[in-house]
Amino acid sequence: MDSLGLADSSNNFIYAAMVTLFIATVLFSVSFAAGRRKESQIQMESAKVLVESGGSRLQESVSEVTRLEPGHRAANIGMSLTWLSAAMLLVGIVLRGMWAGRVPWGNMYEFSITSALGILLVFLVWSTQRDLRWLGLFVTIPTLLTLGLAVTVLYTEAAQLVPALKSYWLVIHVFAAIIGGGAFTVGAATAGLSLISDKGWFRQLPSREKLEGLTHRIISFSFPIWTFAVVAGAIWAENAWGRYWGWDPKETWAFITWVVFAAYLHARSTAGWKHQKASVIALVGWLSFLINYFGVNIFINSLHSYAGV
Amino acid sequence: MKTALILLFLLALASIPGSILPQRGTNPILVEQWITDSPTLGPIFDSVGLFDVFGSPWYSAVYILLFISLIGCVLPRLGLHWKAMRRPPPSAPKNLSRFGGGEFEFAGEPEVIIAGARAILKKERWRTVVGQDTNGGHWVAAEKGYLRETGNLVFHFSLILILVGIGIGGLFGWRGNVIVREGEGFSNTLTQYDAWGGGRLSSADNLPEFSFTLESFNVEFERGNAQSGAPRLFEANMVVDQPGESGSTTHLVEVNQPLVIDSAKVFLVGHGYAPHLIVRDSQGVVVLDDAVVFLPQDGNFTSTGVIKIPDADPQLGFRGLFLPTTAVDEIRGPHSIFPAPDDVSIFFGAWAGDLGLDDGVPQSIYTLNVEDMTQLGLDPLRIGQRWTLPQGAGSIEFTGYERWASFQLAYDPGKELALTAAILAIAGLSLSLFVQRRRIWVKAGEVPGRTPGGRVKVEVAGIAKASGHDATEQVDALVELLKGKVL
Ligand code: HEM
Repeated sequence: MDSLGLADSSNNFIYAAMVTLFIATVLFSVSFAAGRRKESQIQMESAKVLVESGGSRLQESVSEVTRLEPGHRAANIGMSLTWLSAAMLLVGIVLRGMWAGRVPWGNMYEFSITSALGILLVFLVWSTQRDLRWLGLFVTIPTLLTLGLAVTVLYTEAAQLVPALKSYWLVIHVFAAIIGGGAFTVGAATAGLSLISDKGWFRQLPSREKLEGLTHRIISFSFPIWTFAVVAGAIWAENAWGRYWGWDPKETWAFITWVVFAAYLHARSTAGWKHQKASVIALVGWLSFLINYFGVNIFINSLHSYAGV
Repeated sequence: MKTALILLFLLALASIPGSILPQRGTNPILVEQWITDSPTLGPIFDSVGLFDVFGSPWYSAVYILLFISLIGCVLPRLGLHWKAMRRPPPSAPKNLSRFGGGEFEFAGEPEVIIAGARAILKKERWRTVVGQDTNGGHWVAAEKGYLRETGNLVFHFSLILILVGIGIGGLFGWRGNVIVREGEGFSNTLTQYDAWGGGRLSSADNLPEFSFTLESFNVEFERGNAQSGAPRLFEANMVVDQPGESGSTTHLVEVNQPLVIDSAKVFLVGHGYAPHLIVRDSQGVVVLDDAVVFLPQDGNFTSTGVIKIPDADPQLGFRGLFLPTTAVDEIRGPHSIFPAPDDVSIFFGAWAGDLGLDDGVPQSIYTLNVEDMTQLGLDPLRIGQRWTLPQGAGSIEFTGYERWASFQLAYDPGKELALTAAILAIAGLSLSLFVQRRRIWVKAGEVPGRTPGGRVKVEVAGIAKASGHDATEQVDALVELLKGKVL
């Protein structure tokens, strides 16, 4: 394939991944709405049954309604499409790298499509260990937003790397940051949901305690990875600029993100601290991560402003 | 713990202004500009250290308090953990059923069942202790996951070590910058640096002895449409001389490949053009015949430079705008549109009068003070052209250009410690987050009215210390193993 062919195919795969993910999102929404319907249906049925038989047939009737599971088929297809979308993203990213003749992490467009894949991968791999279909909607939406930003605002033609980016530490550092960030994003979804899980439509989700536990799990996973990403970045900076830490805005916000998530972990293990407050801290941490990613690259003049936007 | 939480928050908050406002350490020129632009806020911000956040007393206060709290936390826990690791697990609670788990009846002797359970647990590397209840029941208590606390202590202790590493680097380390033209040399003494900064205990008069020459400097820029003009390659060919080594060695220094000399490192951090100029005074005497370093102002290497001729009468001063690829338009005036020297020219402004060098105030070699000077005119020059100044003041000739490279030389004796500590921290952190501390108990009590070798009631239960975890899996696995072994 010639180089233009590679470029076109890469873009086509990214667009196809977006369309697939969009359909997955719609299906997850259908499932979510169906869960809501189911809930009210159960309530109605229960009320009816209670009237009819004084409560003894309640159990049976509920299980009958649950077995229909109108939303689960949609969610199952949604999960499959999410896998498919991740695979297409992967192909698109690999083609992009082949086109450019280097790792596909040279500008913000490329970081963003890879971050989208990072979020999906963390979610998908986690979903092989427990039933996370209910979470799909809240993971695919931020992923779609990331991809949407990437193909509209951030799109750049592939070019070679500026010399400062030519280092295998780039590969290590960026890979860790993308996986860590993907997990922070999934954690932000569960943390956010845990704050509203007792309201309206969200009552169909797992209980608040369960969501808080999941948030803690995923952040315990991403925190060491983020720590490693920061350290790898410092090693690289020492190699390129002669100092491992210089309080450049990007470094500063990576540090702020790290400190806030350390605060989250402390909040979880501090006796007497409500776990709800910890969830808020997790969201603040994710916000710092976003500021580090978008804010610093675009608005602040930093050594790391190789965004190419 | 609550203190640590609050201090961590303060640390995060206190870092924010350091990322938004320009900082003296990284961007002194922007700081001055900020203060000039906001005459009311600027000095106030300056006086409270907002332009040097990470060196300010209040920032130091936060992290020093955090680390005092950390030490206060870690030390007592170190003692507790030490004791806990040497103590057998606490004995089984009276009532196991409230921990969930399971209850079974096996045939056999209670002691034998407990000994079997203990053997299984030991094989799985649980720490165990056996005992007997007052009512005759036998039990084994087991615990696992001490590494969680060990990891946690290692992590927090490593944070202290990182800080020590940073401190050593700050006290004993130094860093300097120098611009070297092609063909020119540098030897590592304080006077040869353009800028140098060292810690309080660094050996400024006793820098490691070495020298190098910049033989040649190669650059390539992207010529394709995408990111046109972006740097693609820059590399410096250097010849290095060190005492104690016979002969020179040649090195290729690139952006991610510093030159390592003993403990110091030489990094390539920038490059630019140095036009070669010949200046003659009113008598026609050559007063300057040299390449002058011009500093790039944008990505296309529109570069500015200053030439001062204090020996001419009257004194002469020039401001030059060096354009590697010349373009002139109405809005931006003369500027460069590509970083490579495809269409070189210099725009000169010339002044005559008093350079102001004699009033004792040190001047930068990159600025020209024209307060006491009159402007003679403006003129663009191509290579090989010469501009005869009005009023017979002399002439300036542009004969060609060289390249220069700027280097950062750094010595940081604390960085190995900081790196080791960082690796330890990550290892400790992973242990403290992934290892689960669990306790498990097995109790074997006789069933009333039992004949020897008859059925024995066996209870198994376990707990996890961290919230959100339990020991169900371990209990189930143990029950399976027990059934296989005892039944
Ligand atoms: C430099 C600042 C600090 C950072 C980055 C930090 C980070 C962490 C992290 C990531 C954990 C793991 C949480 C877990 O095991 O779930 C932790 C646990 C802990 N930290 Fe810190 N910490 C810091 C300072 C402190 C200080 C000053 C104290 C003492 C007041 C402290 C006391 C603790 C304790 C007691 C735990 C154990 C919690 C548990 O086992 O669940 N930390 N810390």
